[in-house]
Amino acid sequence: MSADAGIAQRSFTHDRHLVGMALFIASESTFFLGIVVAYIVLRDQGMATAKTQLDVGRTAIFSLLLFSSSATMAVASARRDRLWLAATALLGAAFLTGQGLEYARLLRAGIRPGTELFGTAFFTLTGLHGLHVLVGLVLLGALFLAATLRPRRIGPVAWESIGLYWHFVDSVWLVVFTVVYLGTLVG
Amino acid sequence: MTAGVPAVMRRPAFVTAGLLSTVDHKDIGVLYVLLGLVFFVLGGLEALLIRIQLATPGAHILDPETYDQIFTMHGTTMIFLMAIPLLVGIANYMVPLMIGAEDVAFPRLNALSFWLTLFGGLLLYWSFLAGGAPDAGWFAYAPLTEPAHAIGSGIDYYIFGLAVSGAGTIIAAINFAVTILLMRCPGMSVGRMPQFVWMVLITSVLILGAYPMLTSDLVMLLVDRQLGGRFFDPSGGGNATLWQHLFWLFGHPEVYIVILPAFGMISEIVPVFSGKPLFGYAYMAASGVAIGFLSFGVYAHHMFAVGLGDAQNAFFSLTSMLIAVPTGVKVFNWLATMWRGHVRLEVPMLFALGFIATFVIGGLTGVSLAVVPIDLYVEDTQYLVGHFHYVLFGGTVMASFAGLYYWFPKVTGRLLDRQLGLAHFWLTLAGVTLAFLPLHWLGIQGMPRRVWTYPAGLGWEWSNLVSTIGAFVLAAGTIALLANLIRSLRTGESAGDDPWDGFTLEWTTSSPPPAHNFDRPPVVRGRRPLWDRKHPDRMDPA
Repeated sequence: MSADAGIAQRSFTHDRHLVGMALFIASESTFFLGIVVAYIVLRDQGMATAKTQLDVGRTAIFSLLLFSSSATMAVASARRDRLWLAATALLGAAFLTGQGLEYARLLRAGIRPGTELFGTAFFTLTGLHGLHVLVGLVLLGALFLAATLRPRRIGPVAWESIGLYWHFVDSVWLVVFTVVYLGTLVG
Repeated sequence: MTAGVPAVMRRPAFVTAGLLSTVDHKDIGVLYVLLGLVFFVLGGLEALLIRIQLATPGAHILDPETYDQIFTMHGTTMIFLMAIPLLVGIANYMVPLMIGAEDVAFPRLNALSFWLTLFGGLLLYWSFLAGGAPDAGWFAYAPLTEPAHAIGSGIDYYIFGLAVSGAGTIIAAINFAVTILLMRCPGMSVGRMPQFVWMVLITSVLILGAYPMLTSDLVMLLVDRQLGGRFFDPSGGGNATLWQHLFWLFGHPEVYIVILPAFGMISEIVPVFSGKPLFGYAYMAASGVAIGFLSFGVYAHHMFAVGLGDAQNAFFSLTSMLIAVPTGVKVFNWLATMWRGHVRLEVPMLFALGFIATFVIGGLTGVSLAVVPIDLYVEDTQYLVGHFHYVLFGGTVMASFAGLYYWFPKVTGRLLDRQLGLAHFWLTLAGVTLAFLPLHWLGIQGMPRRVWTYPAGLGWEWSNLVSTIGAFVLAAGTIALLANLIRSLRTGESAGDDPWDGFTLEWTTSSPPPAHNFDRPPVVRGRRPLWDRKHPDRMDPA
């Protein structure tokens, strides 16, 4: 979408994409709130398994990669720089790889969504978050492609709104990591 | 017109040929309303089946399994596929016109919303052909929905149908909110927006806070059913009450999602047909906001019988009573608007008056249900069914009818027939009373809801028979409505641009409006722009 000519020409009209993205993120927050609440309500029943099976240290390192990708995204968005965008995508992909390793280890230990309550809650919450990271990676890739092929048509709003989504995905992980992983240290 | 708003210039027409590919908010609004009416008829037929089965004791017209499917589909249809599409459709058509915009903020997403809602509905109804519809009630309490207890695929269709149509509703809410926040015409400050626009804005916020909660509940249920999960399965350490909490965290705001736009329509219609500005405009908007906030804090009044504890029950009892205060503000403001006005009893106004009368009854029985001991006595009885049909049929549906008669001339250029409209109104008012008032008695006498049949000799025969007769009276009213719609579309009296001597911007453009809505960009300086234009000597204070 290029220039907008509503009934009234107003300078902030083009920001509707940013406001729309913010509202979409609000709805996504409600969605994750439901899943996180469910995890917390059911936490005690799965705590024993969580304490023995989860690898807090390694996941913390991969989490740091994801959190730092928010910083690279901020730089990428501010400078509209494809290199920083690629760095963001790489950090995100590294995080997903870490999740894959964690999943593989749990599956080898015989923990599945259907085997016990911990498996149900853990795979649902982290899986839904992982799906969102994956969608974020697709968006980053699309932005990278578009910025390469049609640099003139990609305005700052595209960078900002995709950046907004990426920051959201990161902040959801902040909550999930706290509840799921750090929770095993104190609970 | 630009690439940003891909609505091509089209002839002003009620229904254009390219409905399948349209991105015009007016076409999509019409599609939504038609969808709502189709499902109103389907859900109504299901209601008739329920009432036929219950008309006499010991009846065997439906077998118990089918009966469970029918009442589940009736409720699910009326909430998600009738009320939401009707209101979203009317808002889709009217909100851009009322704020002087040329379309919604995201026309393509708007089309996506509609098609998602339609396909969600088709998915839900496909269950009938795929081995059986969902049968656990519209709120699908666990563990009835767990794989061990719901063997067929009905619940899976429920999950996907509601998730898909819900995604459409979430996108619609984003669209409405951005449109109202960013696309108002010059002079249309927030304090000058029509009340209907106010209520749609609040409703959109409620949708964003409520519908995704349902989606997360549905996703967890899907994990339980398809991946062997244990979320809601107490035998596997899960928590069946969790489903109720999350469902009603969606479900109670949902009640206000389907009533606030109805309030908004009444707040448009009552002033026009009273020839006066709305009484207490700011209080009307503020009470809507108050209802919106409170709606998230009352949900556990659906769960008094669960045994949450006295403190929780007392809290939710108090908040539920509290919500009657802003609602009462609205009712009194409508009455004050009519006070000493020149009230014209046209059909839209009759429906608005019918709405106020029946909604107040439903609202009062609602307050009675907020009292924990009363609720425990009538919990899951026909009393509850009577209550929410008064607010949903007497409220949401009556107001939607009012809106339909009010805005049909704008959409089609023709007036709906007054005689058929009067028949529709009186049949509806009589039908609501006959069908739903006796349910209160039945509930107090102890008749549970959702029972397939009942034995003779309990004193329930007459009330059930009267209620069934009422259901058929409502069906007759609906036939009058459909006949009116079809006939007036072809032969109705020409309406002109402003048939009701209206106040708001939609009446300043042609009927039906051109594709770009307004030939000249509107500029407003008050809450009643058309009144100002017609009465330059007596303009509203700016």
